[in-house]
Amino acid sequence: MSDILTPVLTSRWAQENSWTLETYERTGGYRAMRTALAGHPDQLIQLCKDSGLRGRGGAGFPTGMKWSFIPQGGEGAGAKPKYLVINADEGEPGTCKDIPTMMADPHSLIEGCIITSYAIRANFCAIYVRGEALHPIRRLRAAVAEAYAQGYLGTDILGTGFDLEIVVHAGAGAYICGEETALLDSLEGRRGQPRLKPPFPATAGLYASPTVVNNVETIASVPYIVAGGAEWFRTMGSEKSPGPKIYSVSGHVERPGQYEAPMGITLRTLLELAGGMKDGIPLKFWTPGGSSTPMFTAEHLDVPLDFEGAAGAGSMLGTTAVQVFNETVSVPWAVMKWTEFYKHESCGKCTPCREGTYWLVQILERMVHGEGTESDVETLLDVCDNILGRSFCALGDGATSPITSGIKYFRQEFLDLIAEQPAVARPEQLADVELTGAPA
Amino acid sequence: MSERAMSGFDELTHVRAKEVIARYPVARSALLPLLHLVQSVEGCVSQDGIRFCAELLDLSTAEVSAVATFYTMYKRTPCGEHLVSVCTNTLCAALGGDDIYRRLSERLGVGHEETAGEPGTTGSLTLEHAECLAACDLAPVIQVNYEYFDNQTVESAERLVEALQRGEKPHPTRGAPLTDLRTVELELAGFTEDPTVAAAAVAGNSAAPETLRGTMIAAERGWAAPAFPDEIPALPEKS
Ligand SMILES: Cc1cc2nc3c(=O)[nH]c(=O)nc-3n(C[C@H](O)[C@H](O)[C@H](O)COP(=O)(O)O)c2cc1C
Ligand code: SF4
Ligand code: FES
Repeated sequence: MSDILTPVLTSRWAQENSWTLETYERTGGYRAMRTALAGHPDQLIQLCKDSGLRGRGGAGFPTGMKWSFIPQGGEGAGAKPKYLVINADEGEPGTCKDIPTMMADPHSLIEGCIITSYAIRANFCAIYVRGEALHPIRRLRAAVAEAYAQGYLGTDILGTGFDLEIVVHAGAGAYICGEETALLDSLEGRRGQPRLKPPFPATAGLYASPTVVNNVETIASVPYIVAGGAEWFRTMGSEKSPGPKIYSVSGHVERPGQYEAPMGITLRTLLELAGGMKDGIPLKFWTPGGSSTPMFTAEHLDVPLDFEGAAGAGSMLGTTAVQVFNETVSVPWAVMKWTEFYKHESCGKCTPCREGTYWLVQILERMVHGEGTESDVETLLDVCDNILGRSFCALGDGATSPITSGIKYFRQEFLDLIAEQPAVARPEQLADVELTGAPA
Repeated sequence: MSERAMSGFDELTHVRAKEVIARYPVARSALLPLLHLVQSVEGCVSQDGIRFCAELLDLSTAEVSAVATFYTMYKRTPCGEHLVSVCTNTLCAALGGDDIYRRLSERLGVGHEETAGEPGTTGSLTLEHAECLAACDLAPVIQVNYEYFDNQTVESAERLVEALQRGEKPHPTRGAPLTDLRTVELELAGFTEDPTVAAAAVAGNSAAPETLRGTMIAAERGWAAPAFPDEIPALPEKS
C-alpha cells in the first residue's frame, strides 16, 4: 500500500525557484530524456502502454494506445509529418491543476514533450495554453528558452539526430478550445469549433497530419514513468486506474488546495486532509471532476475517485476537480450558474446544444427567480434528453450533467422554488436574488 | 500590400508580426498571436488591426473578423489601462464572486466589458465577469491584466480597484509585478520590451499556500511516493 499522499508531479513545487532548469536538473530532471532518446521510439510506446497511464484531461483514454495509433512508415499518412499538441486550455469549471503545474514545474512538461515527440516521431510540438494563463505562459516560455540553450530542444538533440521545436501558443478565451478538435482548429488560426470524427486526430489532426493531443498532466507524468518504470507507476492506484493524480479541492472546506494522491482516494479522506468542512457547515453536494461530471452528495463520501469508481457511482472522474458545496448553497442556483456557463461557451455549431442551452438557461433563471411552473422540472429533463447523445461534441453532454444529477438528488428543492411554502430553508443566494430581482 | 491599410502599425510591429508567423509550420496558425499583437498596439482589435492580420496572412478581412469575434479576449472597443476580470463561475460565485462583481460594477458605474475612465489613460479600468479562471482553490478570484489576485473579498476588491484608479500597481498574489493590459497583450504575442523586467516577471510568485497544501502535509507526515529505482530501468522490448 502506498502512502495517502504521494507527491510525484507536485514533488518539486515547494523547492526554491522550482521552475528553473537548475532546480529541475538538481532534482533528477532530464535524466529520463537521456534514457528515452537512447532507446527505440516503439519501446517508449510500449512502456507507456505497460504503465497503464490514462489521459488526465477528462476522458481517461489509454495514453500508450493513443500514441500507437499514429501511423508510421514511409507510406500514406505515415509519410506525413507528425505533431504533438499539448492541451493546456484548462477551463472546465473547478479544474485548476495544470496551471499550477506549468507555473511550478514547466520543465517536467517540456521533458515529457521531448520524450513523447520522440516516441511518436514528431518534430514539432505546440503547447496550447489558455490565454488567461499568463504566468504559466511566461514560465513555460522561459523554460523552453532554457531547454533550447542547453541543447535539449532544437536540432540534433544531444547528438542523437532527433530534432524538436516547441512553440508555446497563447489561446484567446474560449472553453470549447479545450475540446481536442476545436483546439486544433483554433491552433490553425480558425474559430474553435469541433471537427467531425472520424477522421481522428491520430490520422488527420493538425494540418491534416497525424497528431497526438494530450493533457498537461498526462505528459508531465511521462518522465516519471521512464525514470521509475511501469511497475513503479503501478504501485500507486488500481489495476485499471494506475498512478498518482492531482486532486484539486475547492469550495467550502477549511483548507482548499492541490492534493496529489494515488488514484482512488475518497472524498472522505480528502476532506480530512483539507481540514473538514468550512466552519463545520455540513456538505450538501460536490463534483468529482468538474461541472461536466454529474454531482455527488454526502452519500458518496466513500466512492473511490478513480475512473471505474466514479463511473460505477453514476458520475465520471473527469479532471478530479473536487468542488465542495455546503448546505448554504441552493442547488437550482448552482445549476443555473453552470448552465449559464455552458450557454455562453456553446460554440453554436450544432442545434441541440446551441438552442438547448439557451432554453435551459431561460427555464432555470425563471425558476430561480420564483416564477417557475409545475412542468418546469419535466421540461428541463426533456430538453436535456434532447441534448445528451445528440450534440456534436461532449460540451453538450456536459451541460446536461449538473441539471440531471441536480434533479436526481435534489428534485424537491426545484419543486420548492415553484411552491409557495418552501420546505427547505432558503439558501442565501436565493434571498439575494429576490432582493435585487436581477438575474446574475 | 496596401500602404494605407498597414499605416497604423509601425515598423517594429511589422517585424514582430513576421517573427510570429515564422514560428509555425503553416502561417495561418499565427493568427491568434497576431491578434494579441494588434491588441497590444491598439488596446483592442480594430478594423485596422483586422486588415493588418488579413494582409499578412493573405486572408479576407471577413475571415479574420470571424475569428476575432469568436474569442472573448479580443475586445472590440478600446480598453482601459487595466482589465479587471472577476470570476463569477459557480464556485467563485458561491464564495462571494457575484457580490464582488456587483459591488465593483456599482462602484465603477460600468457593466460587463465597459470602461471606467478614458480608455488608455492612467487609472482607466475595463471591467468584465469571467468564467472559471482555473484557480478555484483560491476562490474568489480576480485577475488584473491576467495576473491573479486570489482569495478576494468585496472589501479587498474595492481597495484593489481604488488603488488601480489612483495609478498604483498593487502586486498580484501570483504573477508578475503589474504593468498594463497592452504590455501583457504583447507578452501573450511572445514579446517583452526589457530583459531585466522580463526576468523579474518570470520570477514573480506562483506558489500560494493552497498550491503547496498536499506537498506540505506529505512532508510533515513523512508520506511520499514509492522510491524510484536507483538506476533507470531498461526500456521494455518493443512489441
Ligand atoms: C468542452 C470540452 C473541453 C475540454 N477541455 C479540456 C481541457 O481544457 N484540457 C484538456 O486536457 N482536455 C480537455 N478536454 C478533453 C479533450 O478533448 C481531450 O480528451 C484531451 O485533451 C485528451 O488528452 P488526454 O488523453 O491526455 O486526457 C475537453 C473536452 C471537451 C468536450
Ligand atoms: S455540442 Fe455545443 S460546443 Fe459542441 S459542437 Fe455542438 S454547439 Fe458546439
Ligand atoms: S470558479 Fe472561479 S476560478 Fe474556478
